[in-house]
Amino acid sequence: MKHHFRLGLLIFLTPVLLWLLLLIVVPHIELLMMSLQGKDDTGTTVWTLNNYRSFFTEQIYWYTFVRTALYALTVTVLTFLVTFPVAFYITKVVSPRLTGFLTILLLMPFWVSELVRVYGWMILLRESGVINHLLTSAGLIDAPVEMLYNDVSMLMGLVYTSMLFMVVPLISSLEGLDDSLIEAAHDLGASPFAIFTRIVIPYAAPGITSGSIVVFMLVLGNYLTPKLMGGKNSLWFTEQIYNEFIASFNWNQGAAFGFLLLLLSSMIIWIGLKLSKQKLGRTLS
Amino acid sequence: MIRTLPQQKSYSTAFRFYIIIYYIFLFAPLVITCILAFNDSNFPALPWKGFSLDWFLADGPDRIGLLHDSSNIRSIWVSAQTALWVSILSVVVGTMGAFLFEQEDFWGKQALYFLALTPLVIPGVILGISLLLAANSLGIFFEDNLGVDVPFLRPSFWLVVLGQFSFIATFVLLVVSARLKKFDPSFEEAALNLGATRFEVIRYITLPFLRPALIGSGAVAFLMSFENFNTTLFLVGSETTLPINLYLQVRDGSTPIINAVSFLLIVSTSTLAVINLLLSKRGEKV
Repeated sequence: MKHHFRLGLLIFLTPVLLWLLLLIVVPHIELLMMSLQGKDDTGTTVWTLNNYRSFFTEQIYWYTFVRTALYALTVTVLTFLVTFPVAFYITKVVSPRLTGFLTILLLMPFWVSELVRVYGWMILLRESGVINHLLTSAGLIDAPVEMLYNDVSMLMGLVYTSMLFMVVPLISSLEGLDDSLIEAAHDLGASPFAIFTRIVIPYAAPGITSGSIVVFMLVLGNYLTPKLMGGKNSLWFTEQIYNEFIASFNWNQGAAFGFLLLLLSSMIIWIGLKLSKQKLGRTLS
Repeated sequence: MIRTLPQQKSYSTAFRFYIIIYYIFLFAPLVITCILAFNDSNFPALPWKGFSLDWFLADGPDRIGLLHDSSNIRSIWVSAQTALWVSILSVVVGTMGAFLFEQEDFWGKQALYFLALTPLVIPGVILGISLLLAANSLGIFFEDNLGVDVPFLRPSFWLVVLGQFSFIATFVLLVVSARLKKFDPSFEEAALNLGATRFEVIRYITLPFLRPALIGSGAVAFLMSFENFNTTLFLVGSETTLPINLYLQVRDGSTPIINAVSFLLIVSTSTLAVINLLLSKRGEKV
């Protein structure tokens, strides 16, 4: 079959090659090249490492970078802690009749644009927001408190936006866990804690890894939530990139930041895949 | 512990309580946004001042409803056009990719497959800036060497379409490949033995089999494009898409008109999602 249809190969290969070369490979080479260029004193473009040097010498840059990475890690862990009981409940505890309905309900909010979700939290949390109104009318607090624009609200917003990408792989891996394994462990006298750490968590490990990788990557590259829910001081690395591109118009510096972010996110994904011995294709699908 | 084992009462009560709290957490922002779209107030906040459709229908001078707000209406239209082009392009190229990786053999296939998956793990912001840089350099090249100005290489409608397509195609590729894996090749072989050409086989046998995956991934591609923010942010020109336009309004203060837009978005995307879900459920049974 294969030898007769080289024309078929050509027809399928051409658009795919065009897509990947023109829209992925070439732009990223351009990103790397731009990051290694700069203007010298006379205004001519020269090759230089200055963009990367200023990343390490200007404290604010690498501080934001490290902060973003650590917060992304925190959000990944928090998202796992919040969604794991839900995934477990849906697949193992609730009566099977409700499983489908609860799963659909779980996915619904994430069909709506991230902006709408963040906006919803803004009108709930801000000083003139709904929660403050309810609390003051109930007499629980005297004056409205600003609950938005701080690191806690930003973390909460990021967890909220990321939950879907954790809960779906968790549900699909827990679905495959045979109940009789848990029953057997229970009958043999294992404590709930032992059942979780020895059976459930190891079994769900592939789902945990793919969920964590996707969540980490999405949080790292998120711009909306830190910008709208974080405070004036809650620096996020994508905001730095945006500022260099749009506000300072220093595209070389912005390209260097972009490349560093790409490097960090690829590295984490690579480590995640190595640790769990998984392939990229399996993790995504 | 699980449903088949005897449960302690406190365990199941606490668990159920947690799940209820979780679902409230999940839906609170959306429900509040929808409710406040109908509040007869100039701010998207409580107290409740009565039901009103002003933020959808009013035609000035005090309040301008969504129907008469040309900037929001225009951005909805731009987003719809963008999403339509992106989903058509992604479904065509993604399906070709699925055929390429599932049915063909060639040198470097694994490497190319790996490359085809990367767009989904590159942060959207990076996709946006690298395409912006490349398009800009290409534009400068054309202007310096050929003396022609290519407007679509500047931030513009088509650049947004290309930027979104660059990663949504991967999504379609994965969905269609998964379906293609379930395809029984003996159907194709039978048709080939009976004298059909390769493209007749695809047209009459493989594509009908793939239809649920094509429709489903096309719909999701449309939604992904319609609400994309990160990649679009750097590529958008004067024709702003809805998420960008909403973002600018939210950043500069908010009026209930944003709630009205959100309400329509929530209602229409949930409807589309449910339809898609029902269709894909039916598709799986075939």
